[in-house]
Amino acid sequence: MSERALVSVVCGGQLFGIEVGHVRDVLVPPRMTRVPLAGADVAGLLNLRGRIVVALDLRTRLGLPPAAPDAPRMSVVVEHQGELYSLLVDSVVEVLRLDGDTIEPNPETLDPAWRGLSVGIYRLDRALLVELDVTCLLDARVEAA
Amino acid sequence: MDDLLREFLTETGEAITALDADLVTLEGNSDPTLLQGIFRLFHTIKGTCGFLGLPRLEALAHAAESILARLRDRELAVTPPVIGAVLESIDRIKAILAALDAKGAEPEGDDGAFIARLAALDTVATAELAVPQSPRDAPVAEQRAPTSDELKSETVRVTVGLLDNLMAMAGELVLTRNQLMQLQRSAEGAAFALPLQRLSQVTTELQEAVMKTRMQPIRGAWAKLPRIVHDLARDLHKTIEIEMLGGGTELDRQVLELIRDPLTHMVRNAADHGIEPPEERARLGKPRAGRITVSAQQRSGHIVIEIGDDGRGLAIGKIKAHALMRGIVSESELAALSPEQIYRLIMRPGFSTAETVTAISGRGVGLDVVRANIEKLGGTIEIANAEGRGTHFTIVLPLTLAIVSALILECRGERFALAQLAVLELVKAGVGTDHPIEFLNRVPVMRLREHLLPLVPLSGLMRLDDGAVPPSALVVVTEVAGRSFGIVVDRVHDVEEIVVKPVAPLLRGLAIFAGATILGDGSVIMILDPAGIAAASALGAASVSAPATPPAAPVRDHRMSLLLFRAGAGLKAVPLGVVARLEELDLAAIESVGGRPAVQYRGRIMPLATVTPQDVLEGEGRRPVLVFAHGDAVMGLVVDAIEDIVDEGVAIERTAGAQPGLLGSAIVAGKATDIIDAGYYLKRARDDWFATAPQRRRVLLIENSVFARNLLTPLLTAAGYDVTTVESAEAALALSEAGTDFDAIVSDGALASTLRDGPWRDTPLVAPDAIQKLDRAALLDGLDRAFGQAAA
Repeated sequence: MSERALVSVVCGGQLFGIEVGHVRDVLVPPRMTRVPLAGADVAGLLNLRGRIVVALDLRTRLGLPPAAPDAPRMSVVVEHQGELYSLLVDSVVEVLRLDGDTIEPNPETLDPAWRGLSVGIYRLDRALLVELDVTCLLDARVEAA
Repeated sequence: MDDLLREFLTETGEAITALDADLVTLEGNSDPTLLQGIFRLFHTIKGTCGFLGLPRLEALAHAAESILARLRDRELAVTPPVIGAVLESIDRIKAILAALDAKGAEPEGDDGAFIARLAALDTVATAELAVPQSPRDAPVAEQRAPTSDELKSETVRVTVGLLDNLMAMAGELVLTRNQLMQLQRSAEGAAFALPLQRLSQVTTELQEAVMKTRMQPIRGAWAKLPRIVHDLARDLHKTIEIEMLGGGTELDRQVLELIRDPLTHMVRNAADHGIEPPEERARLGKPRAGRITVSAQQRSGHIVIEIGDDGRGLAIGKIKAHALMRGIVSESELAALSPEQIYRLIMRPGFSTAETVTAISGRGVGLDVVRANIEKLGGTIEIANAEGRGTHFTIVLPLTLAIVSALILECRGERFALAQLAVLELVKAGVGTDHPIEFLNRVPVMRLREHLLPLVPLSGLMRLDDGAVPPSALVVVTEVAGRSFGIVVDRVHDVEEIVVKPVAPLLRGLAIFAGATILGDGSVIMILDPAGIAAASALGAASVSAPATPPAAPVRDHRMSLLLFRAGAGLKAVPLGVVARLEELDLAAIESVGGRPAVQYRGRIMPLATVTPQDVLEGEGRRPVLVFAHGDAVMGLVVDAIEDIVDEGVAIERTAGAQPGLLGSAIVAGKATDIIDAGYYLKRARDDWFATAPQRRRVLLIENSVFARNLLTPLLTAAGYDVTTVESAEAALALSEAGTDFDAIVSDGALASTLRDGPWRDTPLVAPDAIQKLDRAALLDGLDRAFGQAAA
């Protein structure tokens, strides 16, 4: 069995997993600065201990309806090509240890917007968990910029 | 002393120090690594000496090197006489180095005997050869052999990583200082005000000092160019002179490293492809020697590097054919490109114009790599070309000084930073001020002195709201590529020292931002890039290098402000950004200078042109004139009537075989309109005119402050004046007694009053106040006015 450790987060009612190796920090997002003219999914810039980090709203990125303005959010800070990014999610649940062999391929009917960003699906007892492909997610975003 | 020599001395001094400690153990211990180290030292010295022209040192090092080589190859045993000879070589080298350090030249002396002795070691069985212990007989040995500490006492080599680290820490210190300052401002009667002030001062000094450690004169990047050009000229059988100006311009070390290769490449290109062989040049009536000019200067927060040659220039036909052949563009795409865009094709990957690929350039890596390197630095490169007369590249690089002083602006509740260097002035504008905001068909403009300043509402540009200009606002006047415009904001906060952090890759597409920073209160704010703003608002579309437009017709489709006018048949238009001023001209005032129409304007002669044949100038009455200005050149385009200013998405279509001076045509406000190419008229005016009638007014600047002199002299020179600078009224009097004459004197009142009775009493005195305030615009206006009167 190949054990995988995933940080599980909830966004728009769906459970997602982010591989622990990518995650640098989990925090309540500090005050954010809007970036005019940036893409819709850019929630703003935040100051993470002296580093400027772009925050991406995972809801917008995944085509989910936006969060209520006063809804609490959490920030999962991931590293990609030496840069830090903050992914805004609704809540962070826990670190799950899963058997990597139990991952299932994406169903063919999965929204194409999700298919490129999903490594595969884990069937947990209580829900389905979509493992996010952080590299793809940010690569596609950086290239589009 | 020569930089190269200085560098050589430092490096060699260090290498010797490193060896010195081990040398004492050399006798009786033939450590191969130590011998190898000494061998390398001699070898390096030998190689460098040839380059620097130090024959004595070279001969010594060469002789010593061969001993070491034989030791290494075990052709010679390690014996006391051999070791003694090696040590003596080192001592002699040290002595010569010391003399070089002190005098900048090799000392007199002859090492022939010593070298012969070394050679003898080569052949004779070594043990019985008695070599005098240490150098007693040699002329240099009389001098004290200096310790290498002395050689390197002025410099310390540190790793680049350490410097970068220091820079980052100084940056963090600045931020922390700012935070403390903010806390102190809100604290009541703070007891720590004084130490904090001291801390603040030290922080500033530290930051400046650290920054300086990273600055290097650009000379370092081009020191080898004359040699390269010389060798190239020899190989290519051409005569080429290279001129380098502004070598003292300082650049951040990182930037310097990254432009070294592009610069070299471009100069090679100029020598190889640009400059013609001497016979061809002679046939063309050009001087036999080709000329390459490389210059660098700092201009409003950027480093501008120009590389020009007086060679054959780019042949547009050849570029087209080549681009087609290489499949870089298709025929239909090509038809839609302007000449400027076609020139830019040579910087596309896979392009090489040389008909035969030579060993010198044209090795497949070329200008595309140059362009990529420059863009990586956040810079731009532009090409100006005159077929048959040469090519001129202008590279604009950001200083990328990590720390800058910035103005914090506010617009619709959002704050932005703008580098203070980019700010020319702040003007309160709107209702009830001296500067009402006016509209030309919904496009806001403002009159600022004699200029019509286009305004860009930041709120609209940033889509913070509909971009409506409030009744009163603040205008930040800034300048991009020689063209000024105003950014409309709601408020201006104070000035803060900010640490520029690069924009995250994800936001790099947003050209209006130069970076981001963290303010004293811990919040993140974006830094505005004036060039990006100008490009985004289509200001001066002709001069601001926008990212290369995708080669598809229609050529451009973005919003721009156009000035619509009538001249001859049909509507014409020109981008508003390229119009420096709108004037009205009495046709009776037109004079003929050298057979061409011109008018006296602001103390200068301004050539005039018309879109249609020139007989329209021979009527009576008044006509509007569009004044185009670029650098030194200014010209007026006389038109029949100004119609309107429109701001709309314009698709300019290029008409095949369009008459020169036309960019193309477009549908503007529902009507077919010819778009005028201001660059064409300016260039024509400059080529026809300024080449034949150089007229530089002589200005005497009397100023006792070094700072003001350094600030004003380049400004006046750049404005086209022939400037003489003196620091006191006495020095000025000396000039006056020597009979030197000037067209105007720039000085403050106190210094100038002593001159009032002298032979210069009729020479206009300009702008005493402007000097004190260092108000550049007022100074230039003052001069313009003075000459206006003198000419009238």
